[in-house]
Amino acid sequence: MSENHEGELTLERNDGGEFERTPVPSSKLKGWKSFLGMYAGEHAAGTEFMIGPLFLAAGASLKDLLIGLFIGNVLAILTWRFIVAPIAVSKKLTLYYQLEKIAGKHLVKVYNVVNGVLFCFLAGAMITVSASAVGIPFDINFTVPKGIFGLSTPSFSMIVIIVGVVMTIVAAAGYNTVSKFANIAAPWMIVVFAACGISALTQMEVTSWGSLLTEWDNGVNVVQSVSGKVDFGFWKIVIFSWLCNAAMHFGMADLSIMRFAKDSRAGWGPSIGMFLGHYMAWICASFMLAAQIKLTGDISANPGALAWSAVGWTGIICVIVAGWTTANPTIYRAGLAFQSLFPLKAKSYSGVILAGLVATAAGIFPALSAKLLDFVGLYGTILGPMGGVIFVNHYLAKKMNFTQNYADEKGSSFNMAVLLAWVIPVALGLYFIFGEQQLFAAYAVIPCWIASSLLYVIIMKFQKS
Amino acid sequence: MLKLISTLSIGVLILLASIFLFLGILDATKVNISMLIGTIIWFIVTPLWMKEE
Repeated sequence: MSENHEGELTLERNDGGEFERTPVPSSKLKGWKSFLGMYAGEHAAGTEFMIGPLFLAAGASLKDLLIGLFIGNVLAILTWRFIVAPIAVSKKLTLYYQLEKIAGKHLVKVYNVVNGVLFCFLAGAMITVSASAVGIPFDINFTVPKGIFGLSTPSFSMIVIIVGVVMTIVAAAGYNTVSKFANIAAPWMIVVFAACGISALTQMEVTSWGSLLTEWDNGVNVVQSVSGKVDFGFWKIVIFSWLCNAAMHFGMADLSIMRFAKDSRAGWGPSIGMFLGHYMAWICASFMLAAQIKLTGDISANPGALAWSAVGWTGIICVIVAGWTTANPTIYRAGLAFQSLFPLKAKSYSGVILAGLVATAAGIFPALSAKLLDFVGLYGTILGPMGGVIFVNHYLAKKMNFTQNYADEKGSSFNMAVLLAWVIPVALGLYFIFGEQQLFAAYAVIPCWIASSLLYVIIMKFQKS
Repeated sequence: MLKLISTLSIGVLILLASIFLFLGILDATKVNISMLIGTIIWFIVTPLWMKEE
């Protein structure tokens, strides 16, 4: 998953970074190839260690995974290219300023806090990932309880708290050092992911495509004999891989990155990063679980144990670094989002401390990180629809004769039309996800996005009449 | 020069070593040590040139 982008947005918003409230000038624009390099390390993060093995644990077939991930990643790249890039290049504004012009500054604050809460859960999963590796040298493994709010062993919970507190302190001290370290670590992490996959193939004694399929199917059978049969078919993989970054593309968060582009070809920028992180890294991570099942029969997707088994200490370091470099900026930017909840006199790190505490509390419950496939879909379902509002505001406002950039034009600080267009589809989506239907969260993203877009047009037309 | 060392540290000591493991040329213990050395070299050398850039 892509995390660092959103951090840049929030940093800009809160710290008054470059061109926060003005279009990016021509002299600062970059060619589309710059975006290929910039995105290359973005999608190889700590989440990849969790998500990859979950495909096997969910019973996906290897052929479905290879083809489904390919198609899903291509669709995601096309979404960046044809939905995000044209608007970013045309307006050259951050998501937040663009949203403020449509929704008003108070509603943007609400959006920001919701974003912050979701960030905390993501950071919590990453704290769990790092703790899983920290526990290995002390022979402390984490077990995933059945209930969402079930605890692992007391010793593992203690490691989570220690890791969470350290990460929170580092995040409160500042963002830049961790950000620089993340940039240095990114190429190394990608290579270690590949090495883990190759090592796992060796452990499985794979000699041909046929033997790989056999080992994979054996792994799936073992998982399903323990956990029961689960359906994670081809289209589910396609939709998941397409929409796991929905907040960034359909939700338009990456407007803030692509506004620096000379032309819309910058939309091809995530291509390399997506195929490194959401293809190679996921597949390699899933091979690690298949290898573990063959060697020990253990079906638990414990990132630390998997990496230790595959490449030893390098794997342990990689899981800690991956989790840390993902969690730390996530806690920091969630903290910035929460800062608006504190009085002006409050210390500047109050929001970060609160975010760190929430993230650590979330990290104590390992079942939350085991539900990462559902969580990222939920993330897109909740934040994605705002992108639909921006989309129709950009393309349809003049054509359909309703006010473009309503809040800016009318001097409103809270556009009720945006709130309704956002909340109603999301509430329905959440009902289907958490209700009896138990809809796979990623399935709700596009219907909610379309519903929000339509609802905004209807309300604005109604308001106009 | 520093860039070359960084590239070799992950390209040879980590990636190539894992391929050698797959091909049965090296055993797992030697490969794990090679990877750890590659990791240490990467994190010592890379900040020197990445910082300059």
